Amino acid sequence: MIRVIQPGLLTTVQDEGRGNYLAFGMPRAGFMDRYAARMANLLCGNPLAAAVLEMTIIGGSYCFESAARIAVCGAAMPLQLNGESTAAWSAVEVSAGDVLEIGAATTGCRAYLAVAGGLEVPLVMGSRSTYYRAGIGGFSGRALKSGDQLFCGVPGPFAAAPIQLPADWIPEYPSQVDIRVMTGPQAELFSSAGLNALLTSVYTVSNEADRMGYRLEGEKIEHLTGPDIVSDALTPGAIQVPGSGQPIVMMVDCGTTGGYAKIATVIGPDLAKVAQTKPQDSLRFVSCSDQEAVQALQQEMDRYRQVAEWAACGEVPAVAVNVASPEMPREVLQLQTQNPAMLPATRQVGRKLRLHIAGKSYEVEIEEVK
Amino acid sequence: MQKLAFFSQGESGLVVELADKIDLAVNTMVHALSRLILAELGGLVDTVVPTYRSLLVIFDPLQINRETLQEKIAHIYQQARIDVATPAGGKIVVIPVLYGGEFGPDLEFVARHNNLTTEEVIAIHTAVSYRIFMMGFTPGFPYLGGMSERIAAPRLTTPRKEIPAGSVGIAGMQTGLYPQKSPGGWQLIGRTPLKVFDPDSAEPFLYQAGDLLRFNAITEVEYARIERAVSRGEYLPQIRNQAEVVQ
Repeated sequence: MIRVIQPGLLTTVQDEGRGNYLAFGMPRAGFMDRYAARMANLLCGNPLAAAVLEMTIIGGSYCFESAARIAVCGAAMPLQLNGESTAAWSAVEVSAGDVLEIGAATTGCRAYLAVAGGLEVPLVMGSRSTYYRAGIGGFSGRALKSGDQLFCGVPGPFAAAPIQLPADWIPEYPSQVDIRVMTGPQAELFSSAGLNALLTSVYTVSNEADRMGYRLEGEKIEHLTGPDIVSDALTPGAIQVPGSGQPIVMMVDCGTTGGYAKIATVIGPDLAKVAQTKPQDSLRFVSCSDQEAVQALQQEMDRYRQVAEWAACGEVPAVAVNVASPEMPREVLQLQTQNPAMLPATRQVGRKLRLHIAGKSYEVEIEEVK
Repeated sequence: MQKLAFFSQGESGLVVELADKIDLAVNTMVHALSRLILAELGGLVDTVVPTYRSLLVIFDPLQINRETLQEKIAHIYQQARIDVATPAGGKIVVIPVLYGGEFGPDLEFVARHNNLTTEEVIAIHTAVSYRIFMMGFTPGFPYLGGMSERIAAPRLTTPRKEIPAGSVGIAGMQTGLYPQKSPGGWQLIGRTPLKVFDPDSAEPFLYQAGDLLRFNAITEVEYARIERAVSRGEYLPQIRNQAEVVQ
């Protein structure tokens, strides 16, 4: 069980969300940054979709009433376990009575605390996610308060040692990010100057940026005839442009329908990057093909499979592997060191590595190149 | 038969557009196609969101690629020969409403605005079934079509901060009901004791897009009786098949 000592600014229980009721007007909700949340889950041996705490800007402090394996991933928030600094993006063993203090984000916006076994709040419409605007799901339908007590599920058996994510798989959260978008579904309702503005200028995150949507400010995006469409379906990532010409990126709590033309859609793997930006940060949208977006998704999923395997055996190979997409030619496959300190180990001739590419495993032997 | 247009909404979203207008016949086709896609491609798509004149199909591009999905949907559409005469296949859900008084504070305004008596407004409002074109705005909020222009009324100039759940209202040419308490600018003409959205129920929504809603005027005594039955979980909503009812 976890007892909330201080809840931070906005801390809610989230999982993958409730995607089955979109046709009924029910917003999806769920993780804002699915990459960080899923990694936190995998590090403590959970399935991708287990319920975690999503903390915003300030983490808060939490007391563990029983021993557990935990992980914190996402925005860089200083972590102290019983007053001593501890690592993020890493599985950590806590004992009964331990207190984890999570500070204010130095970079990024949202961090996730996962506990082995997942957080056990009741399933509402198939999900444990909090949709606080309607008071549904999560912990009593609301953000956590001091004194709240959360139950955890039964963790799977893990004899394996806790692992840490390879450094080059830990995202940085710079204040200016490139976000890949696919144009459409209503790109043809914009002038070429409008489309050009979206794809070449820099947009600033306004103060109106939350789980529902990010209003951006920057060069005006011009419509051909007007901003209104016969309302149709909205999804997280869709970029609506109202009459002001200032784009709004829909996020996970967005309504399921909307009446403004959608110029483009942020690709799934990059929505996490938007979720980690804060007011005054800037976004640059980069056009991306359907094929590139699917490849990016494949790479993201390959990473999850890989980390699940490492967590299960309790070991990360000394050399981390940039998992290449299956379409990539063989000779482009690159191995990179995850950590300069580990470099000598990679020089061991005869060392075997296991590679995981698109669901298949390969054993690779390292030989010194003369 | 209208030709389908396909658009992408991110790598996991496929917009299937039938037309660009609010139209009963178009919407009928949207819901018929939505049901067919779910029935025939249920294992391949995550979900389908039907709207006024298009559908959003959400899929996993690592399981099925966009081109294949488009071909399958175009094939289903062609095979089914869906046209205006195809019934949407939804049900009719009867919504009991106590009109006027405390629960419908704007009923008199709507009557005065249209030179009608309040009884006439109620009679017109309950005379037809309304198609749920789509759901959105808030969980369970139905966008209804088919209201008589004889009871149309402008929105409030200042929206109310809180409208109780179950309120039935009119805004312009539209009528609808609030499944949950929320702010809003609709003219409120009555309230239903039904809980049309119950997140804790196995069937959280009383109706779905494509269904028809039929409002039925009830007395205060009936309202109290239904409200008690609803709170005990004993109320059985009146639901009919569209085929049984002559419009």
